[in-house]
Amino acid sequence: MAYKIVGSQCTGCSACEPECPNVAIYEKNGVFMIKPEKCTECLGHFDEAQCVAACPVDNTCIIDTAYPRYQAA
Amino acid sequence: MESALETASQNASPSLSRLKPLTGIKIEVAGQPESSGCGTTGGEGKASCGTSDGPDDMSPEVWEKVKNHPCYSEEAHHHYARMHVAVAPACNIQCNYCNRKYDCSNESRPGVVSQKLTPDQAVKKVIAVASEIPQMTVLGIAGPGDALASPQKTFETFRQLQEQAPDIKLCLSTNGLMLPDFVDEICKYNIDHVTITINMIDAEVGEKIYPWIFYNHKRYYGREAAQILTDRQMLGLEMLTARGVLTKINSVLIPGVNDKHLYEVNRAVKSRGAFLHNIMPLISEAEHGTVYGLTGQRGPSAQELKEVQDACMGGANLMRHCRQCRADAVGLLGEDRSDEFTLDQIEQMDVVYDLEKRRAYQENVEAERQAQQNAKHAALATVTNSAEDNMKVLVAVATTGGGKVNEHFGHATEFQIHEITTTSTTFVGHRRVDLYCQGGFGEDEQLPSIVNAINDCHAVLVAKIGACPRDELLAAGIEPVDAYAHEFIEKAALTWFADYRARVAKGEIVHQERGDAAIRQGAFMAA
Repeated sequence: MAYKIVGSQCTGCSACEPECPNVAIYEKNGVFMIKPEKCTECLGHFDEAQCVAACPVDNTCIIDTAYPRYQAA
Repeated sequence: MESALETASQNASPSLSRLKPLTGIKIEVAGQPESSGCGTTGGEGKASCGTSDGPDDMSPEVWEKVKNHPCYSEEAHHHYARMHVAVAPACNIQCNYCNRKYDCSNESRPGVVSQKLTPDQAVKKVIAVASEIPQMTVLGIAGPGDALASPQKTFETFRQLQEQAPDIKLCLSTNGLMLPDFVDEICKYNIDHVTITINMIDAEVGEKIYPWIFYNHKRYYGREAAQILTDRQMLGLEMLTARGVLTKINSVLIPGVNDKHLYEVNRAVKSRGAFLHNIMPLISEAEHGTVYGLTGQRGPSAQELKEVQDACMGGANLMRHCRQCRADAVGLLGEDRSDEFTLDQIEQMDVVYDLEKRRAYQENVEAERQAQQNAKHAALATVTNSAEDNMKVLVAVATTGGGKVNEHFGHATEFQIHEITTTSTTFVGHRRVDLYCQGGFGEDEQLPSIVNAINDCHAVLVAKIGACPRDELLAAGIEPVDAYAHEFIEKAALTWFADYRARVAKGEIVHQERGDAAIRQGAFMAA
């Protein structure tokens, strides 16, 4: 039910942070992270996940398979 | 990021009592007809190309804005310093010459990450630097991403600075995508200089430079992305011009992609009121990991760069002294004192912002600048040269500043390049070189790279030079000249050229065309 950010690839540029409609992204130790409980994969907000679309490094914002895909209520 | 001026017909005024525009100094020899275009001047002003100062080609209001701005005035950059604060790390477009794991390769220092600052930290740093370096007159936000992709951070920094350091000029640099949305905000903080990076006005060219943009919550690719970008850039430029904000356009010259196209870009931006056009060589080392670096897209040679710059000279004013500074640079252009102002160091500084002290210091700088101009004009008045034909050569000059030939060949980290005719000298640009004289080893390997960097020059004017490099330069066909040590550059260059022509006339030497030169990759870093 969430995206996650691959910390080793995150440049800490902050491009994703203000784009998240759920305010799920925060900074920790110079890189950004996503609170999985807040992430809705942008469903109901936008056609594409904003963190993925804004991130300058490919394959850095990815689906976290530890969680089931988000289902709109 | 980011980050010029000059003129004509300066009549050396003896009066230092009031600050008057140092007119762009078109440097011509007395008695010769005025050359057209932007001939002239040496490291300083120039008339229609670089910006000069000058009432001749500039309104007093505009001159007031640019005369102390090192990035807009070739002449001012020898006297005033600027700093960039890296508060805006995010970017909203992807360029093929940029790898966001580092700062932007082309408009910042390649391969090195700037220390990111919060707006509060940035303001503290600016105040500290301004107190330590009173000739620091300009603060720019140039990234390391795009200043307008992190608008809250950028404008919060400007807001605080406007309150705390009202005498500092504020400027920003942007790719232009979000520019139309922030023109009001830009005017609100009296930001009177904006740099826009515009590499194309045709989406067909643009799709080879920009793989994607992020705009209105959506990622756009290819030609569609490039079309949106160019439309937004042109709109933003027009809006700034309408509001009286000065604009500098940065273009990265990418051989085979936008080289000839930049002529059209030049016309397009000039017709929309761009004040200055800065054409910079592509930096594309493979180790920077950029698309261009990895695919072997090469940068331009010195002659390719000069050809495009020369062709664009009649359009917007052209900037020739850009050093492609990094986004957290501090100091005079070409020097970087950012190491003295790290966050830790700033925390320990006891800083008092003394407006009065800064003003007094800058008055001294201005008087010195005027005296330098007057001395140069007096020196030039003594140069006579009657011959006139089309012979033109480039010379490299080793200088530590002050407009004079005053650097030892072996100590030079860069050379100024001047184009010389019998009647004028025109500053063409800088060439970075590796430091030759470091003592110990490596010297033999470095000299060829210096020769490569100035291989299109007929002579290199230096204060002093050792026997070894002298012989090697001669073997490469470049004449080492130390006869004009500590003379003003323009006077030295014109006098040497008259002597050169006399030797050619007497049959002592044969005039030959020079080859091309290589542009060293990597933005300027203090040695």
